[in-house]
Amino acid sequence: MSLVEETLQKQFGEIIVKEAKGEPKKAVFDKALILKVLAFLSPSLLLVLWEIFSRLGVVDIRLFSSPIMIFKTMVPMLYSGELLYHTFISAQRIVLGFLAGAVPGVILGLSMGLFAPIRASLMPMVSATFPIPKLAIMPLILIVFGLGEASKIFTIAIGVFYLVLINTMAGVLNIDDIYLDVAKNFGASPFQFYTTVAFPGALPMIFAGFKLGMGTALLLIVAAELSAAKAGVGWLVWRAYDMFDIEKMFVALITLAFLGYIFSYLLEIAEKVVIPWKNDRR
Amino acid sequence: MVNPTEAINLENLTKVFYARKKKIVALENIDLSVREGEFLCIVGPSGCGKTTLLRILAGLEKQTWGKVIIRSKNPEKPLTSMVFQGESVFPWMTVAENVAYSLRIRGIPKNERREIADHYLKLMGLDGFADTFPHQLSGGMKQRINVARAFVSDPEILLMDEPFGALDEQNRLILQQELLKIWEGSEKTTLFITHSIDEALVLADRIIIMTAHPGRVKAIVPIDIPRPRDILSLRSSPQFGALFQEIWRLLQEEVLKAQSMELKN
Ligand SMILES: Nc1ncnc2c1ncn2[C@@H]1O[C@H](COP(=O)(O)OP(=O)(O)OP(=O)(O)O)[C@@H](O)[C@H]1O
Ligand SMILES: [Mg+2]
Repeated sequence: MSLVEETLQKQFGEIIVKEAKGEPKKAVFDKALILKVLAFLSPSLLLVLWEIFSRLGVVDIRLFSSPIMIFKTMVPMLYSGELLYHTFISAQRIVLGFLAGAVPGVILGLSMGLFAPIRASLMPMVSATFPIPKLAIMPLILIVFGLGEASKIFTIAIGVFYLVLINTMAGVLNIDDIYLDVAKNFGASPFQFYTTVAFPGALPMIFAGFKLGMGTALLLIVAAELSAAKAGVGWLVWRAYDMFDIEKMFVALITLAFLGYIFSYLLEIAEKVVIPWKNDRR
Repeated sequence: MVNPTEAINLENLTKVFYARKKKIVALENIDLSVREGEFLCIVGPSGCGKTTLLRILAGLEKQTWGKVIIRSKNPEKPLTSMVFQGESVFPWMTVAENVAYSLRIRGIPKNERREIADHYLKLMGLDGFADTFPHQLSGGMKQRINVARAFVSDPEILLMDEPFGALDEQNRLILQQELLKIWEGSEKTTLFITHSIDEALVLADRIIIMTAHPGRVKAIVPIDIPRPRDILSLRSSPQFGALFQEIWRLLQEEVLKAQSMELKN
């Protein structure tokens, strides 16, 4: 009932009977469809405006290029396989770095969550080193791991590691005590505590850590490929910067966005498969 | 009941909690014997230490003083399993996985596990839900899982902490009848906490009434109603009414005491 109707009813004491006629009233437009169209339309509009403004000279074409020029640069890069090559190199570094950080992050996070002595002895070190910006230790990583692949993978790994570790530990600590009691009562071994309670119970938080970690990985890949790289999408960005090739830079940026989208999509799917019991909570 | 030996002896059992510099005497000088195969119900006001008593028997808590003697007849079997007060079904396991949890812990192969689980799922009216996840089920269904999970582990002593406490009256009656059905087939020594006198009368061989904080044994009332029992005819018998009154008189004092203690704090 609208406010007006309500006030009218109060004033005149009229009784409004609301009747349902079985079939729901059919909307002229499908609401969900309109939203989808909107979601598609607004970025398209932005692109069109960008193109128009760059043609009119409202935006500086040397700095911001134009959608069509970027597209024209992108197509040959796609055809020659150049873009795919760099994408593959970066994706490989991200995947390896992610795994190298996430696996120990999960294992250590579970241990720290489950066992107070482990938590007590490791937490000071984690708390002390976590706030150090990962970019600040890149020179150190380069000195230790050299200029090859290892340094890039390690840079990503360390960023992912902390986020996964902290989320996993929080996930375990958030598990209701009653589940630990059940496991204990049925005589679960320490290993079975991991596999039947701590790990599955912490999975939702572990995935939250994975997603945050993936965000950081994308950030770090660009930084890692700045120094001593010969390929990769991040390298492409810096290379375009050196050559002042704005179109190429935009192509690389778009590729990075695409990489980010793919990886978060994959994580999303993995989450649905691994945590089926959480599925329809949304 | 056939075998008159005692499964559990508690002597002078006392449990003190130290919480934030405060001393809480949860249990004080509990002396109690539980016969083998006996169904013992425990009633008492909230906070009198019922859960604590069961947790000590389950090995989840250690007594401060006193002796706990549990006689194991069959060292192959787990000594106790507990149905916890509150939600304790693992949300990350299917119904069948939950029910078969103890078997997984004992390293029994998967197909064998499933067979045993299926048997109990059927007994508890859960067949057809084996592969669903608990979040899709009602509270009544979840408690069935809890009870089935405890029975599957086939312990020497079954500990149940208000398993039907959160259920509505209809579900409660159905589950009581079902519990009687599987319990009377197993004759397992069982300690069962409840707030409902009705429930205690229907299930128990003896009912223990505990005192308000600190928890002591106030009285033990034997319930000489023959088995197998049928909830419906039992509830309408004159014996039931008389026993109800007796237990309520004992319990009422303690509940009032607990309330006045709460007011003082
Ligand atoms: N871990 C603990 N630390 C401190 N005090 C505790 C702890 N567990 C229980 N207590 C205290 O011991 C007393 C008995 O608790 P318990 O849970 O055994 O009561 P209960 O009879 O099961 O109550 P309810 O009927 O409400 O379940 C309470 O005063 C409670 O506050
Ligand atoms: Mg309790």
